[in-house]
Amino acid sequence: MKILVGIKHVPDTEARIKVASDGLRVDETGIKWIVSPFDEYALEEALRIREARGGEVVVVAAGRPEAQASLRQGLAMGADRAVLVEEEAYDRADGLARARALAAVAKAESPELILLGKYGVGADEGQTGPMLGELLDLPHAAAVTSLALGEGTFKARREIEGATEVLEGSLPAVVTCEKGLNEPRYASLKGIMAAKKKPLDVRKPEDLGLDPKDLREGSRVVWEALESPPPRGAGKVLKGEAADAARDLARLLREEAKVI
Amino acid sequence: MGLGDAFSGVDLVEVEGLLTEEERMVRDTVREFVTGEVLPGIERHFREGTFPLHLVRPMADLGMLGANLEGYGCAGLGNVAYGLINQEIERGDSGLRSFVSVQSSLVMYPIHAYGSEEQKDRWLPALRAGEAIGCFGLTEPDHGSDPGGMETRAVRRGDRWILNGAKAWITNGSIADVAVVWARTDEGVRGFLVERGTPGFTTRNHEGKFSLRASVTSELALQDVELPASAMLPGAAGLRAPLSCLTQARYGIAWGTIGLAMAVFDEALGYAKTRTQFGRPIASFQLQQRKLTWMATEITKSQLLNLQVGRLKDAGKATYVQVSMAKMNGCRVARECARFAREMLGANGISDEYQTGRHFCNVEAVLTYEGTDDIHTLIVGESLTGLPAFS
Repeated sequence: MKILVGIKHVPDTEARIKVASDGLRVDETGIKWIVSPFDEYALEEALRIREARGGEVVVVAAGRPEAQASLRQGLAMGADRAVLVEEEAYDRADGLARARALAAVAKAESPELILLGKYGVGADEGQTGPMLGELLDLPHAAAVTSLALGEGTFKARREIEGATEVLEGSLPAVVTCEKGLNEPRYASLKGIMAAKKKPLDVRKPEDLGLDPKDLREGSRVVWEALESPPPRGAGKVLKGEAADAARDLARLLREEAKVI
Repeated sequence: MGLGDAFSGVDLVEVEGLLTEEERMVRDTVREFVTGEVLPGIERHFREGTFPLHLVRPMADLGMLGANLEGYGCAGLGNVAYGLINQEIERGDSGLRSFVSVQSSLVMYPIHAYGSEEQKDRWLPALRAGEAIGCFGLTEPDHGSDPGGMETRAVRRGDRWILNGAKAWITNGSIADVAVVWARTDEGVRGFLVERGTPGFTTRNHEGKFSLRASVTSELALQDVELPASAMLPGAAGLRAPLSCLTQARYGIAWGTIGLAMAVFDEALGYAKTRTQFGRPIASFQLQQRKLTWMATEITKSQLLNLQVGRLKDAGKATYVQVSMAKMNGCRVARECARFAREMLGANGISDEYQTGRHFCNVEAVLTYEGTDDIHTLIVGESLTGLPAFS
């Protein structure tokens, strides 16, 4: 089975993010970039399916040249080969532009399954997966916590408020992955050595028939400004008897915080 | 604090840029492994004096055992990547790094370098996979810095060898499936593979250690141990062979100690920024800044020394004198950093709720084993002057 796994190259979730002087970008000084953690669940799931059924795992990213590092990481974890749709402007692209790039690669590759993280951390939009499904006219399931494959079918579960939703559909399909789906492996040191010999195909959007304007003036989303959240104020500790404190808490939540 | 927190290393002069992408990936993988798998349980092992045996297989699966050897399923990494593995593991614990050093440099390396094809096929895949554990018997109760005084003897009897003697301070001794034992013979010092369970071969652990408590340290006793001729390492003749193994291990220790130094520096810096006295963080006081600056500067210098020795080693040009300098330097820097960090943590520095106290204790063993600070000083001294101060 051929599986395509979408990977996004994002700032480390542990990194201290500062807004750059242009007010639009992240100050990249000292920032480490990683594979978006939800994409690791997608890749792990793909590797497990390959181990059980055979086939091929192709990691794909739409990103800046630097995104090659994340694809190499995917190869080190065990993917067979990688495709980068390379364009500086993907750094600020909207979900649709990204989905179009992945769709173009998917059309060329004809995978039986496409797995992605439920969203790329940082932007947290969660658009690319469903949009990709629509562009390819394929069934899609978002934020799944379990995935089972039958003969030409899939069955996925996703957590919704107070219940678990069970989705069934036919393959090929697009599935985005939620934490809890699996425990991603560490890249082995041998895998890291092997990764540099695996093919990493770099393509320009134009080569895939994509319109570069979608990334610039044609973009549906325009980044106006980036702001850090306001620093959190000090908390308030209510003293006294429990009953009195509870009464105070209810009053403060109603009158000050205005949440009840 | 400390445990499981993000650790992003200590890099003040962009040493990062001197590493290849592959070396960075190896380092980051092991770093993540240490944060996720080693730190959460290591204090308990140190407190209880037990080796975290459950980590052997995961470390093997990652490819950390014999990582710089070629073939037999080994990762075939360069020496800088191998050094970075040691650095990151010792950021976790010196005992665990000792395990990796012994398995890789003192057991797998001599079998790889001096063993017969049969010995290599039998042991290297199992040692790499963590299915077998090895130990290295050179030091004796009465001969530490002077291995030339070795009393363990091997005598030929027909096509058999008979070994008698004792070894001391042997990492992994009682958990080892195979011991690389060095013994004096009529044809000079030779190495033998002694399997666990061989009649006359027994082990006993050194108890009461205040250092490397999460590591097994044992005495080996050999009483009329009878071995087939095929147990001898055919390529290893003379003291030169075990010393070449030590050069491998010392190289890894040079890196490991800087991992220890980075761990205590990171903890001390974090502590100083949040610990308030006299109404402000203690990091704002000049005396604390001096300690932090000293630590950061020495760590930086050591990283560059280790890296250069590693590059020379990759080019086949590193000498044992350079490795001695790096091991000696790493241990000194790590010991001073641990002392400063422990001081900065105040009373918390003697509690195992923080990592520093454990590293502070561990570094004493690391300073002493694989060539004491004094011996390495004299190796460098002899190289500088041409005049040996010992032997």
